[in-house]
Amino acid sequence: MKRHIWGSTAPVAGILAATLVLAGCGSGGRDDGDGGGDGSGDGEVAGDTTGVTDDSITIGGHYPLTGVAAPGYSEIPVGAQAYYDFVNDAGGVNGRTIDFIVKDDGYDPSKTTAVTDDLVLRDEIFAMVGGLGTPTHRTVVDDLNAEGVPDLFVSSGSLQWGDDVENRPTTFGWQPDYEIEGKIIGQYIADEMPDAKVGLFLQDDDFGEDGEKGVRQFLDKQIVSVQKYTSGNTEIGPQIAALQADGADLVIGFNTPAYTALTQLNGLGLGYTPQWFYSNVGSDPSLVGGLLANFSEGSVDGAGALDGVLTTEYIPTNAETDSEWTQLWNEVWKANGGDGPLTNFHIYGMSQAYTFVQALVAAGEDLTREGIIAALEEQGGDFAGPNLAPYRYSADSHLGVSGMRIAEIKGVASTPLTPVLVTDIGDAEITEDTSDQADDGPAEGGIPQ
Amino acid sequence: MLQFTNTALAGLVLGMIFAAFALALVLIWRSTRILNFAQAPMAVLTTYIALVMIEDGRPYWLAFVVALLAGLVLGAVLERVVIRPVEGKPDINAVILTLGLFIVFKSGAEVIFGTKLRTYPPTFGIRGIEIGDTTIGITTSDFFTIGAVIATLVLLVALFRFTDLGLKMRAAANNQEVAGLLGVKVGAMLTLGWALAAVVGSLSGLLIAAGGLVQPSYMDSIVVFGFIAAVIGGLESPAGAVVGGLLLGFSLSFVSGYLSAQLVALVALGILMTVLTLRPGGLFTATQGRRV
Amino acid sequence: MSETTTAPSAGGATRGQQLSSLWQGYPLIRHLVTAAIGLAVVIVVLTAVDDFQATKLTEMAYIAIAAGGLTLLTGLNGQISLGHGALMAFGAYTTALLYDDREVGTPLVVVVLVSVLVTVLVGILIGIAAARLHGPYLAGATLTLAIAVPEIGKYFDQLGGDQGLRLFVPEIPQWATDIAYYLTGSDPSRSKYVAFLAWVTLIVVFILLANLASSRIGRRWAAVRDDEVAAELAGIDLTRARVSAFVVSAAAAGAAGAMFALAQRTVGPLGFSLNLSLTLLAIVVLGGLGSLTGAILLSGVLVFLPQIVMDLGSGADLDATRASQMATLTFGLVMVLVILLAPRGLMGGVRALGLRLRSARAGRRTPPASGGSSSSGAAPSPTTDPASPSSTAETAEPDDGSTPITTKKGTS
Repeated sequence: MKRHIWGSTAPVAGILAATLVLAGCGSGGRDDGDGGGDGSGDGEVAGDTTGVTDDSITIGGHYPLTGVAAPGYSEIPVGAQAYYDFVNDAGGVNGRTIDFIVKDDGYDPSKTTAVTDDLVLRDEIFAMVGGLGTPTHRTVVDDLNAEGVPDLFVSSGSLQWGDDVENRPTTFGWQPDYEIEGKIIGQYIADEMPDAKVGLFLQDDDFGEDGEKGVRQFLDKQIVSVQKYTSGNTEIGPQIAALQADGADLVIGFNTPAYTALTQLNGLGLGYTPQWFYSNVGSDPSLVGGLLANFSEGSVDGAGALDGVLTTEYIPTNAETDSEWTQLWNEVWKANGGDGPLTNFHIYGMSQAYTFVQALVAAGEDLTREGIIAALEEQGGDFAGPNLAPYRYSADSHLGVSGMRIAEIKGVASTPLTPVLVTDIGDAEITEDTSDQADDGPAEGGIPQ
Repeated sequence: MLQFTNTALAGLVLGMIFAAFALALVLIWRSTRILNFAQAPMAVLTTYIALVMIEDGRPYWLAFVVALLAGLVLGAVLERVVIRPVEGKPDINAVILTLGLFIVFKSGAEVIFGTKLRTYPPTFGIRGIEIGDTTIGITTSDFFTIGAVIATLVLLVALFRFTDLGLKMRAAANNQEVAGLLGVKVGAMLTLGWALAAVVGSLSGLLIAAGGLVQPSYMDSIVVFGFIAAVIGGLESPAGAVVGGLLLGFSLSFVSGYLSAQLVALVALGILMTVLTLRPGGLFTATQGRRV
Repeated sequence: MSETTTAPSAGGATRGQQLSSLWQGYPLIRHLVTAAIGLAVVIVVLTAVDDFQATKLTEMAYIAIAAGGLTLLTGLNGQISLGHGALMAFGAYTTALLYDDREVGTPLVVVVLVSVLVTVLVGILIGIAAARLHGPYLAGATLTLAIAVPEIGKYFDQLGGDQGLRLFVPEIPQWATDIAYYLTGSDPSRSKYVAFLAWVTLIVVFILLANLASSRIGRRWAAVRDDEVAAELAGIDLTRARVSAFVVSAAAAGAAGAMFALAQRTVGPLGFSLNLSLTLLAIVVLGGLGSLTGAILLSGVLVFLPQIVMDLGSGADLDATRASQMATLTFGLVMVLVILLAPRGLMGGVRALGLRLRSARAGRRTPPASGGSSSSGAAPSPTTDPASPSSTAETAEPDDGSTPITTKKGTS
């Protein structure tokens, strides 16, 4: 008798069939409402109304809620949800409440594809809003565009969300891209500290790469050392020792908040005290300062652990209690937030959600996918939001906030060192912002009208 | 020169941390022939216990000891309840079981303690010591780490070499039937092996956490490198674990500091394959007669 | 069905028994018939499901293909691999490099075969290095492979660096559109087209694997696994047997990688995490080590389970974070429980149950004297036979990495 690995084969086909059929089963009942989808525009309204009913709008986003990237980032959708709840409690937008579906991809790109399929095909979302991460979102961006799904306000500073409108017509960036951030930082240092020997401390992906590209436009000759770290590997002592040995007296970090804390700790261990300059992503003085405060043995009372560190800003933070925006976010958080204090990650999510509500308002009552994209291209540049500089949205560019200002951290707050500076990618000039965007306050009642 | 010294010191401390983790793996391998992939999240759990105590204002060293004891209990209970049924079963069952436990403990830690970044206070100072005008990249906390790992190594070697208990444990691990016939309580010895290993594992968790950032995934990179260190050392020998840890620690530190941090994983693979090509049973394994 | 005919020589063989011994005697025919049925089922199911379920089924297929190869390596040959996801990466990157442009006209079959070939070449190298290693040392080496290979992709810009490579799935060929239209009355969507490709690949790969496993080569692999010394005495070249098993499983991983690439349309280092490798191994063991059927079934469970738990979680009003954590936790608990409650995996459990039922039936039908044959009645599935008496194999080599499930010698 032959032995064979299948075991008794006959049941195999049966089981195969059963699995496949079972797998297929779930699909039957879920599709309530066959209309909308497929981009075929079969409704009365000219345009795609998938995910939109008379009283609701369904949107979704992918975020790392579990795993190594979850700390911090998992708070972003919580903040956004709090703001959507706030808007829904006030009756929604044009009588429609916003249903925000959050999916966990654990920062694993293959899972991003899966959860995005889930959102688009099963939940039939109107738009993807705030999908987080460059490597993750990259795997789905072209499919979203092929399906005509608006892919708004990607939570990442990569250029690719806005610099290729022709091929990615439905995708919009949101935060300032890392390249203009690098440029603004680079020019500031070239002007103010022309003798500084600059070291770069970079995350070894597009975040670090784009930042380096921007910085090098101005500091190519001043850079004495470039060190990289791999996210997840917390042992960065050797890289800091190398920065020290190369004589860098000013280190620009394009890194995440955890690595800001780690660079500070390693600096202490090595007795290495350059001027630190962290890009916006990594600074978050209340988070990092709070972490480092636990280690501040012997430092002066009342002084923050990051005092004197330079950074950039493009939206008000939780420390700016005078800002009307921060007051609004606190109100939203009190009414609809979860446990714990309001963090800057929450604020990031809320600010994004605010922009989305602005886009909904701009798109008008007859909401369609095409309509919201057109509205963003036409009116997005003038949105009065928490962003200090205007968005660059137009028919030619879907890049987000156009600029930021340089600030020095003091305690958990910061002191601006420059006015808001705006620019664009490539060799666009850096100029002072003249739009008064930074002086805007929130709309009446905290909800754009 | 300063960079060389500092990089070497960073490698030394890193190597000791790998070694501590590898020691725990070696202990379990010696006592039950199981690779415990769940070692890291077990240590995460016990570290969080200590962290919660410290945040509640309990004495630092009390929390430290409680974490070690928690490891002891966790290891013993785990062996009795979950591991015992797979002992003697195909080895791969144990591999999958401990991988399952890895997921359970890690997501358990996320559920219980949340995913927020937290800090764990250092054992001692976090500033480099000063010699003349220059600061050397080693802290009093680092000295504690090195001392603790060496002490653990010495204690383990002493246990296995010179005590009756250690002899029984080795007997129980090597040949359960014969050991049983000789009156060794095999079951108890296996439990003890796991309990001790979990204590060492907890220690490694505390040493890594102290003076750094903690979140449920904070030991993920140690899982792989600690395991590689143990395999390089030969899995049988505590001294091998320490040598393997140091070899890896120094190499990775110099690669990060002088070449590129991106090459770390590739270099680790290169070292492991070189060692295993020359000695398929690791550095410190005595001639491995294959039992048939 | 066929299990009752344990010995064709048994007196008074009915026609049905003759048929089923024919079925048992010619694995190729059996496998081809299964394949034909499988293909029909795939077509029917893919017609019935929506696009979302089709993408899930694609995911299930490429996971199962890789798990199938690993089943041979670990289940049949006894070599553990914690790095099979890394092998998939070679196939996926090859496919992505070949389809880097919309205009590429290379036929799909060629691309998949080249991807398999590249992975096979890598498999030969790794297999030779691995052949000398045992147990935990092999585990350590393959684990390191799993974390190191993605770094290669990350390091070289030609491979897309951290971002990975974008690839363009070729247009659905006209004939496929025509057939699909003929069968279903509508044009096939791209998700369904890729799902169809993945499942056809799965069927082809599994037929090849099943035939290999029941061939002389397969028996040699098992012999090496069961007892190296005996195998060597019997004239089997241990290294060659080990390397060939590794190569075959690498080929399956390469095919799986190609399907992964077509399904994901982006191939980057983060897609081949350690997680993927460990998931594959878990599928192989939990499915019932050595069972290809179990590998397919468990792939389905692993693809669909998290989603079900998530849905339950949102139903129970958990927030997204909690629901995700619970999904992961449940996954881990299932792994632990299956190992504890059904140590021989899903198929082992199924067989044990079937065996019990059958011996009860056999006991009623035959005199007690021949009741002993009911235990050999499980012979068609010796690789996971729970009642096998040769459990000595398990204790014979305590330090061999993956002392496998028992094999019945001399039943063939």
